[in-house]
Amino acid sequence: MLSFLFRRLIAMVLTIWAVSFVAFAIIQLPPGDYLTSYMASLSAAGDRINPETIAALRERYGLDDPYVIQYFKWIGGIVQGDFGESFEWKAPVTDLIWGRLGNSILLEGLAILVMWLVALPIGIYAAVRKYSLGDYLATIGGFIGLAIPNFLFALVLMYLWYVYFGQTLGGLFSPDLEGSPWNLERILDFLAHAWAPVLVLATAGTAQLIRVMRANLLDELTKPYVVTARSKGLPEWRAILKYPVRVALNPLVSTIGWLLPTLVSSSVVVSVVMNLPTAGPLLLKSLTTQDMYLAGAIIMLLGILTVIGTLISDLILAWIDPRIRYGGR
Amino acid sequence: MTPLTPMDANETLLRMENVNIVFSSPDEADIEAVRQVDFTLTRGKTLALVGESGCGKSVTARAILRLLDKNARIDHGRILFSADGGEPTDIAALGSDSKAMRSIRGNRISMIFQEPMSSLSPVHTIGDQIDEMIMLHDDVEQKSARERTVELLDQVGIPGPRQRADSYPFQLSGGLRQRAMIAMALACKPDLLIADEPTTALDVTTQAQILDLLRALQAEYGMAMLFITHDLGVVAEIADEVAVMYLGDVVEQGNVFDVFRAPQHPYTRALMSSIPRMTRRAQRERLNPIQGNVPSPRNRPEGCAFTTRCPHAFAPCSSVHPGRTPAGEGHWARCHLLTHEDAPRVEGILQPGVPAIEGDRA
Repeated sequence: MLSFLFRRLIAMVLTIWAVSFVAFAIIQLPPGDYLTSYMASLSAAGDRINPETIAALRERYGLDDPYVIQYFKWIGGIVQGDFGESFEWKAPVTDLIWGRLGNSILLEGLAILVMWLVALPIGIYAAVRKYSLGDYLATIGGFIGLAIPNFLFALVLMYLWYVYFGQTLGGLFSPDLEGSPWNLERILDFLAHAWAPVLVLATAGTAQLIRVMRANLLDELTKPYVVTARSKGLPEWRAILKYPVRVALNPLVSTIGWLLPTLVSSSVVVSVVMNLPTAGPLLLKSLTTQDMYLAGAIIMLLGILTVIGTLISDLILAWIDPRIRYGGR
Repeated sequence: MTPLTPMDANETLLRMENVNIVFSSPDEADIEAVRQVDFTLTRGKTLALVGESGCGKSVTARAILRLLDKNARIDHGRILFSADGGEPTDIAALGSDSKAMRSIRGNRISMIFQEPMSSLSPVHTIGDQIDEMIMLHDDVEQKSARERTVELLDQVGIPGPRQRADSYPFQLSGGLRQRAMIAMALACKPDLLIADEPTTALDVTTQAQILDLLRALQAEYGMAMLFITHDLGVVAEIADEVAVMYLGDVVEQGNVFDVFRAPQHPYTRALMSSIPRMTRRAQRERLNPIQGNVPSPRNRPEGCAFTTRCPHAFAPCSSVHPGRTPAGEGHWARCHLLTHEDAPRVEGILQPGVPAIEGDRA
């Protein structure tokens, strides 16, 4: 087990390094750089630009250096915890992203929790009572949940909430608590705001998870070991929960790893619509303005999250499935 | 509730009376997979249920534990089970997930299956799976359950039982897995062990070991055994009695020696003559397989199911279902040849108007 962990950690570092290289290459791909788009926006506004200032800025940010040198400057800074400076915000990237990434992780984490708590029991029920009324309702509800785009659901929810309760949904905190440290009041305030985005974000995932759980469990329910469990005299539900459900969970556990990054990227539109201070809108903005250090840092961190998530799901999988733990090398 | 016929206290453990099992599907007419099964299981004895694939032998066995699939039901008939020689319980009348049924399952009647790899949970250790059985029926702690598990594993001949209890099924060989399965089935000292083709998935040497083990354990525990197989060699080795099934009917039942020496039903006779024999070249005969194929239960003749393939079929066979006809001490068959005066004469079958000659076919 320890050598497994050790090998995985080395692979992780290499993967993250590769991710950083590709991430940097991608944000360099569009023609021009931040200064060209900066000049374009300035001249569009009718301002005059002093070529010497531009040259000085180019020099300072090293924008004329070869790609590899720029890359090593950047990665060298990251290793020391310095993600560079955002052109757009004129502030260190680290100051900008941690709060927003934290919000993202918190929000998506809650959404994942809700997804699992809602979807697993429904999926199990739908499989065990296949073709029953409950199964059909779960199926119909599931497909509706899958079919409605998240942002549309968010808009409808905000509209209805405003019409019937006269309140606007949006943001994650009340304005007066925006910058305060975490305490009970802030947590309650957060929950009062967060339920709506969590609901919106969890809907599609829940629907998908119900379908996957149902399909996995249907495969397992007909296996001979389920008959064995019944033949021991176990009550029906206990036999099902202890044996086939346990086996049917394995494929789901292996998806934990990429749930988080998928949710972050799919929640961009929702975050914009609901005015959420998460990483998604920041990433979108930084990509359009070619704010390369900010975009690079976010992409990099998403990559790291994926890699860590995959490691966690592998460890859980090895923990719950002995076939993986003791399987061939 | 109708009073149930009392059973012979120390002899009969379980009696199936006129049981049929029907499979229904939403799109098609119901299929009667098992038409009329009667047999009795005696304490300490082994009954082998023989027949080809799809004849309903596994379904019959599962019906005893009420482990049929959701689309199958016992339409009529009784399964009378008397664990302690007292008032028998009609298993067919119990709810399949009822408490009464669950206290019989695993506890009084347990079952082993054909494929021990897929019949054991892949993600639980065999020790866990056996402990669970013990803790479910006996009120004991995990610790003492494990002691009993280790004892059982030792008894079924698993080396290093204490360590093996922590193994997962995929870490054991096929033979060891089946031994673990047997240990689990015996955990609560059942009165009846149902073995559904327990040796079919094993290689021949392992097969022989498992049969020996089952016989030894049966002697030790004094349990009855219902042994399902399609292998007549295995029947000869392990069974006291044999019941031959064809397409949902038990066509012949009796002491294994009687049935093998003087089979009375044409299907049993055909089965016997389709066993290859080892002889010298000069004495070799062509193997004599049964003509035709098993019809689907949908096309089963109203009368005797074997009519379409029987070489001796005559007038009443296709329309009238033959009754149980005695053919000796505890030996009977369902065949019109045994009852009709005008039936074609067939050598070796006890027919009315023909003096009985002890057959020396064997």
